[in-house]
Amino acid sequence: MKVSISVNGTAYEREVEPRVLLAYFLREDLGLTGTHVGCDTSSCGCCVVVMDGTTAVKSCTMFAVMADGHEIMTIEGMKQNGKLHPMQQAFSDQHGLQCGYCTPGMMATAIAFLKTNPNPSEAEIRDALSGNMCRCTGYNNIVKAVQQAAAELSAPAPEPVAAS
Amino acid sequence: MSTIEAPPNGRHSMGKSMKRKEDARFVAGKGRYIDDIVLPNMLYMAIVHSAYPHARIVKIDKDAALATPGVLAVITADDLAGVGLAWIPTFHGYDKQMVLAVGKVLYQYQEVAAVIATSRAAAADGVELVEVEYEQLEPVVDPFVAKTDKTLVREDRENKTNHIYHWEVGKREETTAAIQGSDVKINERVWFQRCHPAPLEPCGCVADMNPATGTLTLYMTSQAPHAHRTVVSLVTGIPEDKIHVISPDIGGGFGNKVPVYAGYVCAAVASIVTGHPVKWIETRTENLTTTGFARDYHMDVEIGATKEGKVTGLKVTTVADHGAFDAAADPTKYPAGMFGICTGSYDFPIAFTELDAYFTNKAPGGVAYRCSFRVTEASYAIERGMDMLALAVGIDPAELRLKNFVRKEQFPYASPLGFVYDSGDYHTTFNKALEKIGYKELRKEQAEKRERGELMGIGISTFTEVVGAGPSKHFDIMGIKMFDSAEIRIHPTGSGIVRTGTKSQGQGHETTWAQIVAEELGLDPQTLLVEEGDTDTAPYGLGTYASRSTPVAGAALAMAARRVREKARNIAAHVMEAPLDDVEWVDYKFQVKGVPEKTVTMKEIAFAAYTNPGPNEPGLEATYYYDPPNLTFPYGAYIAVVDVDKETGETKVRRFLAIDDCGTVINPMIVEGQIHGGLTEGFAIAFMQEIAYDEQGNNLQPNFTEYLVPTSLESPHWETDSTCNPSPHHPIGAKGVGESPNVGSPAAFVNAVMDALKPLGIKSIDMPLTRDKVWRAIQEAKKA
Repeated sequence: MKVSISVNGTAYEREVEPRVLLAYFLREDLGLTGTHVGCDTSSCGCCVVVMDGTTAVKSCTMFAVMADGHEIMTIEGMKQNGKLHPMQQAFSDQHGLQCGYCTPGMMATAIAFLKTNPNPSEAEIRDALSGNMCRCTGYNNIVKAVQQAAAELSAPAPEPVAAS
Repeated sequence: MSTIEAPPNGRHSMGKSMKRKEDARFVAGKGRYIDDIVLPNMLYMAIVHSAYPHARIVKIDKDAALATPGVLAVITADDLAGVGLAWIPTFHGYDKQMVLAVGKVLYQYQEVAAVIATSRAAAADGVELVEVEYEQLEPVVDPFVAKTDKTLVREDRENKTNHIYHWEVGKREETTAAIQGSDVKINERVWFQRCHPAPLEPCGCVADMNPATGTLTLYMTSQAPHAHRTVVSLVTGIPEDKIHVISPDIGGGFGNKVPVYAGYVCAAVASIVTGHPVKWIETRTENLTTTGFARDYHMDVEIGATKEGKVTGLKVTTVADHGAFDAAADPTKYPAGMFGICTGSYDFPIAFTELDAYFTNKAPGGVAYRCSFRVTEASYAIERGMDMLALAVGIDPAELRLKNFVRKEQFPYASPLGFVYDSGDYHTTFNKALEKIGYKELRKEQAEKRERGELMGIGISTFTEVVGAGPSKHFDIMGIKMFDSAEIRIHPTGSGIVRTGTKSQGQGHETTWAQIVAEELGLDPQTLLVEEGDTDTAPYGLGTYASRSTPVAGAALAMAARRVREKARNIAAHVMEAPLDDVEWVDYKFQVKGVPEKTVTMKEIAFAAYTNPGPNEPGLEATYYYDPPNLTFPYGAYIAVVDVDKETGETKVRRFLAIDDCGTVINPMIVEGQIHGGLTEGFAIAFMQEIAYDEQGNNLQPNFTEYLVPTSLESPHWETDSTCNPSPHHPIGAKGVGESPNVGSPAAFVNAVMDALKPLGIKSIDMPLTRDKVWRAIQEAKKA
């Protein structure tokens, strides 16, 4: 089947087998290996990507054809103007990752969540991340990272500097 | 900011919460894990598993699978027998294991055939179409039933018994007599259930035989790349120089990625036969049902004590369920690992422990899941035992511990089961924990709550670990001594590359190894590249597990750096035109004795090593193989505070304080992160996780919908702190920490819940303490 999917701002038109999962479309057809697969039951959340800017989806639980006509953001598309997204920076600053395997899905979930709830409480963050497993960190530092990113993203944008 | 105490001041690079160097690629999605590796003309492999736990294989029909588009081959044990690989030796070499089922299957999900195809999907299609005809046999599920030998699991073995081995250490008669003659005695059975490390990235490999060069490159999820290279060479007969193991980024290991699994062997054979690279990636179900489980020790704990609570003797008798093969990951001379640490932090005058291991129709394993070879089981036995003893003596469990700790002045302390503890101050660490958590106030609050019928519990675990295997006199795996190694090369401009025989799986070696070397050489840790996991470039080492990286490879790094420094000192003497004896290393620079203004930096010496070495050997590099003189003994004082809902059986962990003493801390942020992670794994084991089998031998937890991993919702807040008693025999005084929280915490959780249930007369419930299990125990207690 033919699909048109925008991934990280680039439009792709591809022929795919109907049974191909979005996760494998991203990883194997587009070579975007930052999205991971960690289970067979939609439990772990390593594969989460952002759809249409505000929705976190498990890309192992969607066929690629279901993403037809949609916009997908993976970890490879998080950087903004060549700089780490505040979420990426916060995960590094707060030691919110160890082996790194859950990190892409964890950050994708968190980015989508902050779009709908820019000033969350700790309990709301923990609730939002509950579909993403981490075996290394125990979550305390992941929660701190999301808090740091939330603070930065909701801070008023700096005044644009006029070109001289 | 980390609450882990930094070492004494004035340090250059160590003891600082430096941000991790490896994060740059991980937060950008540029890590390179096993499934990210794609080679030209690569084939895919998927595995056919047994539906039955114990059955004879009558027939395997490959025809339908082979007729599937894209399927190229179906491999069975007969094909492997043709190349001498139907069986391979187990980890320590005392048993052998089937690669694919030979004649019969011995556990549910056992590997029966491997399908090679041109795509992932075609391989999966092929698996569905391999028809296997079975004749079911009676399964042996319970090790206590296995003991009777009514049904034999392993007909292939010469000894027609399910009994694998007996192991013991200590003084049997004297210990029994000491306990018998004591005022107070306890004898309780505790079970550390079968669980699984379950890293988020499953196991996998890409095997790539180059027919032109005869070199087999194995990209694999390996915690021990060099050991795996040697094993592959010994088993296949391929010369070791023609085997290249590359362990890429690893998505968590926790002991799961130490053994050699069927998938690796089949993929290698398939690549050799086809001349194509072959990729095999486990599914989650395959990971949980076939690869190395952990624990499964049934332990009878006997302790004697005076009526005041001074311990007089300890005896632990264990029945171990090893599954279908004796594939436990333990050093050769230690079939039950470091279980002898079961005297814990306490000064037992005498002790004895023995263990018998049995085959059952369950997956093989016995891996060191975030644990130094059975230390977790041992710690659980003694820490649960001490709480039961406190109950029997009728004193507070904190008081009992303070009464029995090995005292500071007794170090180095020779334990009755043969270890020499290197350093510690248990009283100070525990008192700090009691004060910090407000122990007295908590006990007061608990008394008030008990008056009102509320169930609040306080649980203590003051464990001692034994890690850093190990001294070559005692420790080897298949004959290979358990040293580790480091190689340091400093470039002309003062940056460098550092390589070790270990392999990080999230522990942050790329950062901490650079900090150790930078500390020794006065260089910038940001300019020291750390590389591990490639057997063609890294010096030989036994890998990362059992908290051995910092105790062994960390020591090798410091020693290699000191060799570099000594070479540099010679060059410094030439550059400063001073006699060698007058050149000193002061404040991270070379200085001429008595002339503080005459100094030269390591960076300057690095340049001189390549441009003006004088009479000295040019270049600036060194290698060191470190054979540790002793093991290291990190310890901790953990306190859990829980509230149990007596209507639902649900436990809420209100507080958890972990005070760890791992000697010198290299990076407090990373140490604290390790502790958080280990505590969360301990929490999961205590409350959620068990690889359970039903009476027919069916695995009841084959995926993450049944085998639960705690999420951000369930995971408690962790409070951490530290004390610092450096290891006296380690070059930088470090002891290792990654496993302490997983070793020490399960007993703290269980002791807390049992303390909460004490008013109901409930003394013991085996983990996991699920809501259901606790609720049932409460109902039973009410009836009684």
